[in-house]
Amino acid sequence: MSEPAAANPCQGERREAVPSAAFDALRELKERGYNVLIDMTAVDYLAQGREPRFEVVYRLMKLDLSSGEDRGRVELHVKVPEGAPVLRSCLSLWPIADWLEREVWDMFGIGFVDRPKIKRLLMYEEFKGHPLRKDYPIAKRQPLIGPASGERPDNPSFNTVRPAVKYE
Amino acid sequence: MPIDDYVPEGAIATKLDAALGWARKYSIFQYPFVTACCGMEFMSTAASHYDLDRFGAGFPRFSPRQADCLMVVGTISHKIAPVLRRIYDQMAEPKWVVAFGVCTCTGGFYNNYATVQGIDTIVPVDLYIPGCPPRPEMVLQGLVMLQEKIQKQRSRAKAS
Amino acid sequence: MNNAPRAHKTFMLNMGPQHPAMHGIVRLVLEAEGELIRDVDVEIGYLHRAFEKHAEAETWNNVVPWTDRLNYVSPLINNVGYAMAAEKLAGIEVPERGQYIRTIACELSRVTDHLTCVGASAMELGAFTVFLYLIKAREFLYQLIDNLTGARITTNYARVGGVKADLPQGFEEKCRDVFKKVREAVRDSDKLLTKNRIFMDRVDKTGVISKADALAYGITGPFLRSTGVPYDVRRAHPYLVYDRLDFDIPVGRTGDNFDRYLVRLAEIEQSLRIMEQCFKQMPPGKHSLEVAEMKNAFEFEDAGKFGNTALLKKYAAKVDQTLEGGGRLERGGIDSPSRSAVLPAKEETYGNIEGLMNHFELIMWSWGIRVPAGEAYVAVEGGNGELGFHIVSDGSDRPYRVRCRPPCLYIMAALPILLKDSYIADIIPTFGSVNMIGGELDR
Repeated sequence: MSEPAAANPCQGERREAVPSAAFDALRELKERGYNVLIDMTAVDYLAQGREPRFEVVYRLMKLDLSSGEDRGRVELHVKVPEGAPVLRSCLSLWPIADWLEREVWDMFGIGFVDRPKIKRLLMYEEFKGHPLRKDYPIAKRQPLIGPASGERPDNPSFNTVRPAVKYE
Repeated sequence: MPIDDYVPEGAIATKLDAALGWARKYSIFQYPFVTACCGMEFMSTAASHYDLDRFGAGFPRFSPRQADCLMVVGTISHKIAPVLRRIYDQMAEPKWVVAFGVCTCTGGFYNNYATVQGIDTIVPVDLYIPGCPPRPEMVLQGLVMLQEKIQKQRSRAKAS
Repeated sequence: MNNAPRAHKTFMLNMGPQHPAMHGIVRLVLEAEGELIRDVDVEIGYLHRAFEKHAEAETWNNVVPWTDRLNYVSPLINNVGYAMAAEKLAGIEVPERGQYIRTIACELSRVTDHLTCVGASAMELGAFTVFLYLIKAREFLYQLIDNLTGARITTNYARVGGVKADLPQGFEEKCRDVFKKVREAVRDSDKLLTKNRIFMDRVDKTGVISKADALAYGITGPFLRSTGVPYDVRRAHPYLVYDRLDFDIPVGRTGDNFDRYLVRLAEIEQSLRIMEQCFKQMPPGKHSLEVAEMKNAFEFEDAGKFGNTALLKKYAAKVDQTLEGGGRLERGGIDSPSRSAVLPAKEETYGNIEGLMNHFELIMWSWGIRVPAGEAYVAVEGGNGELGFHIVSDGSDRPYRVRCRPPCLYIMAALPILLKDSYIADIIPTFGSVNMIGGELDR
């Protein structure tokens, strides 16, 4: 198997941290000059049967302001167990973490503490479950209006459907 | 010259629907409910190269009260669906709905937890223009078909 | 009478989700004090279409059509970015000609992206003529893209291991023609807008963002460059053939809407220059890898039914060549015995058994190409900034997880900073210069 990371400067050096030390690791990296939080996402390893089910990936970049050069990148992998999927928020380090954490919460159900109340970013508030988890079926619908199943009725005429409109 | 020389007696009354249809079909005030990729093709169609204005439908009204053709352009997710329904309810009669693009017709290849499987599950649709996205020529053909449909429609006052 | 100072009262104003000045659907809840905006709450997600969930259910090459619909103003860049990430994971490299073709495709898309952004935001400020000029120019580019890929918007052009087809015949001459028209349209718009008092009053010194804020919010692309930071993925991490091309990175000074407009206009010219250089430098040869060359990387499952089918070639069916890019009978690049990683031309599929087998092997479930297990992140310069794809593979015929880093999400998150303490009328130019693309923002 090839080792792609070495030949891939966008990916950067791989590091790992335990959930309790993740915030300190990020703060230390920021003090060392990694000034941009490029990306933050999570992977659900349920289908592969790995023990800590989730892995949150932070991707940092050291950007030189005057020359626009990328002076190096690093990616921090944090393994988060299913039982207590909570991390300390890095909102105080980078304000963009607000939306990225909300997305991770929305899609994977990984919570964050030490930040204002977290709410969904992409899905609506009434949505139940976290769609990017491997155990969420892709076509399980929770419509706000229209037929409850979200499917087309047999006779797709408007008179038989009669949607109940719910407003806030 | 009196008009009776040209038209038989009573023709004005019986042709009222036709006259209304004629007037309506060449002055479609559309409300573009643009959400996604199809919006790019809608933009191309509306701009000078394909020129939607040739068919009397060039002027978008961004208020549902002033529009009579709701163009639903692009994927409708469950989150936006109540908004679409509300806009439809706000439009005054007579009104028509065009499902622009395959996502609005059937959901397209977005068969997932977030996407409405065809807007006909939440609003009645008069015209389906499939395609991902439909080419401008196809949109224009769809518009002509909508005009035919409007022309053939009987007035509401008579039907009631 | 009551002489106490009047308390400032604020009121809530809802903008969107369906609003004429919002390209796409996004909801802004403004807390306004008269005409001044005191606070903004941005609500997104109205176009969430589950790209990342779908990508987990599709084979490696079948994800490409989904990437079209991420940033639908510049779909080719998404195609190339995804394919590059998968290739990086597999450890393979596309032939040189394929890289040049990809570069040309990316830059075509970048021009359409900037034309749409400048045109649409100018229209919202009242300059309808500019919109018509630029959309006309975009129309010519769409015809080029149509010629190249077979579709105007949903291009589906890149494949893991190459591109769908070689450049069509006479593409370079057509490009030269179109570039002349695009330059003319851009020049006209420049004359109409850049020194126009009405336009200047709306965009100059509005929507200002500082370097520090841009960094804190992870903003990249034209938005960051307008503040004076010359960060461009094409220069910072040259991919494809960008290290061999001569192009400038335009930067602004103040980071306001006017700078962003100027940066975008200048980038159009640079993209056109890049494409012209590509046409000059492009070598002949293959545009895609063949399976034999990917053997180390892909465990291609061979059907193993090779008969002596040399005679079958003369029965090659003539297929109506509606797609100019598809007609490859006259080209020497791919002939039937070579099994390409990309789908064979339709003449091959219908005309001989190897082509048919090649086709089926690639598209059948649990066949096709396989990428070794691992993780890769690849960034390309999209229309709005760094477009990243983080791919996790478990060694099967489909990705385990695909994460797209959407560049405009970061700008939208910074929108409260851009709008705070400005006037309600400033929302329109600021939002126009953000170039929010719903498909990419909400995925």
